[in-house]
Amino acid sequence: MSARQVWAIVGLTVGETIRRRTLLVLLILAVVSTLIVGWGVDQLVTTARENELSETTIRLGVSQVLILIAFLFSFVLAMSAAFLAAPAIAADLESGTILAMLARPTSRTDIIVGRWIGLSIVIVGYTLLAGAMALVAVRVVSGYFPGEPLTALGFLAGESAVVLTLALMLGVRLPAVAAGAVTVVLFAISWFGGVLGALSAAFDAESIRPLTDLLRYAVPTDLLWRGVIYALEPPLAILLGQGLGAGQEANPFFASSPPPPGQVIWAGLWIVGVLLLAIGLFRRREL
Amino acid sequence: MTAVGTGPAVETHALHKRYGRTVALESLDLRVERGEVFGLLGPNGAGKTTTVKLLLGLTRPTSGEGRLLGRPMGDREARRRTGYLPELFRYPAWLRAHEVLRLHCELAELPRRRWSGEIETALERVGLRTRGDDKVSGFSKGMQQRLGLGVALLGDPEIVILDEPTSALDPLGRDEVRGIIRDAGARGTTVILNSHLLGEVERLCDRVTIVHRGRAIAAGPVRELLGEPALRIRVSGIADPTALLGAFGPVVGTDDSGTLLRPLDPVRVPDVVAAVVAAGGRVHAVQPGRGSLEDAFLDLVRSDGVARHQDVGIAP
Repeated sequence: MSARQVWAIVGLTVGETIRRRTLLVLLILAVVSTLIVGWGVDQLVTTARENELSETTIRLGVSQVLILIAFLFSFVLAMSAAFLAAPAIAADLESGTILAMLARPTSRTDIIVGRWIGLSIVIVGYTLLAGAMALVAVRVVSGYFPGEPLTALGFLAGESAVVLTLALMLGVRLPAVAAGAVTVVLFAISWFGGVLGALSAAFDAESIRPLTDLLRYAVPTDLLWRGVIYALEPPLAILLGQGLGAGQEANPFFASSPPPPGQVIWAGLWIVGVLLLAIGLFRRREL
Repeated sequence: MTAVGTGPAVETHALHKRYGRTVALESLDLRVERGEVFGLLGPNGAGKTTTVKLLLGLTRPTSGEGRLLGRPMGDREARRRTGYLPELFRYPAWLRAHEVLRLHCELAELPRRRWSGEIETALERVGLRTRGDDKVSGFSKGMQQRLGLGVALLGDPEIVILDEPTSALDPLGRDEVRGIIRDAGARGTTVILNSHLLGEVERLCDRVTIVHRGRAIAAGPVRELLGEPALRIRVSGIADPTALLGAFGPVVGTDDSGTLLRPLDPVRVPDVVAAVVAAGGRVHAVQPGRGSLEDAFLDLVRSDGVARHQDVGIAP
């Protein structure tokens, strides 16, 4: 692997999202969604205060709304990551551009790693910026700010990294559209595995636990999503939730504890493993 | 550019490539000397593109071996000294022409201080000097092809491999590309021209290997493959032209365009004309030459087909 070659591909990838106005569209969407979130939360808080609800109740309510917004945002991120990363290799293969590039002293590893770093810069950068904008907007209109905003954004960025790595790997062997679609479906299945797992815990349905764990570990976005929820919750909500016991655990928008370190490490290893798999598949592919 | 390795520019021994059940190359032996303009000629599906991809390491051989610029096929150092124009490609539409060249300067690991000069030279060579700032999305197929040629020639590589370089071009564009290839040859660059266009190969190449169904069925200088010298002459006012002309060489045939003598040494052409005039005849057309490469190619491909059919015991 050559650092010079990798950075050339990183530059190409980042340049492409800027020049094709993908980044601009994402930023406009981020501004629009921040304005909508700000307006919506402001309306809720104003109505609540007019009805003389306590500030504690209002903050609990706003924290729940924020988690719901983060959930929608994680879906938008997953879609963006999937449809940016899926064509990263697939489109170059289809257009034949890759032939001229690989005839240079560029290795297939350089191309995969360069694409991955470039996409990570764009997607993770977008996650941090758009996420921070939403948090600040909520703070301005409601006064509520989660206890661990950076942790929440970090977990969201981790989710994006998982999705883009998966889409990039699938794009090595599948057409771009198929790779993007499969990635989004797998992301949704992972979340569904999380919901099902929580329900199985709440209702003592241990028999389906191995299946739900398999779904959550196979694509570890749900493991990281639990970290987002926990970091966005105020301590009072966690205490109240824990007080409600197993019933509250079934709530897909509540986490009584952060993901254990083992799960976070697994997500990191998963990203490295799938990236290595992408390199291996690309190196074996006939051009 | 300093040469790497020693020996021929390209050498392959019994190169064999199979894609699943399809045999793309059966057993290819190839040798391209340094500094020559070499034609790899064959019908579509003969294995020409597979050969190039194997040399560049874009695909791996099933068996056999080969060397590019004295290094194993696909070697990184050899690729650093190689320019390549793929047969089918489309540059990213959002890039400008000079940005495509800039990217390849980086990928080719050319020293940064040379980039600007190399990009200017490349655009000049392929006739895109005034279009460097234009996006590729606005380029016609022919312009993309010329840009690809500029990319292949970037940094004056030791060897340039061009896969069907004129396939998307109009006659004027083809002529310009032929000029670019001739210039590269004149600079001492080894050129491998992959083509199914016989006229192209005939006009440009020093030597040719004809590939058919994954095997080399003929190789040698173009003139040797062209066949024997001939003369086509159209006369009138002579009672028995065949008898008169037949005295100079075998008459192969006569039609509306004249009588064909083959073989006939070109130095005897004036004698033939003088004999017709002396016999009271009139000369309307004189066309000395050789058989075309197309004739030679078709003969070889057809006879190869016959040989294959006989090998398996069926009639052609």
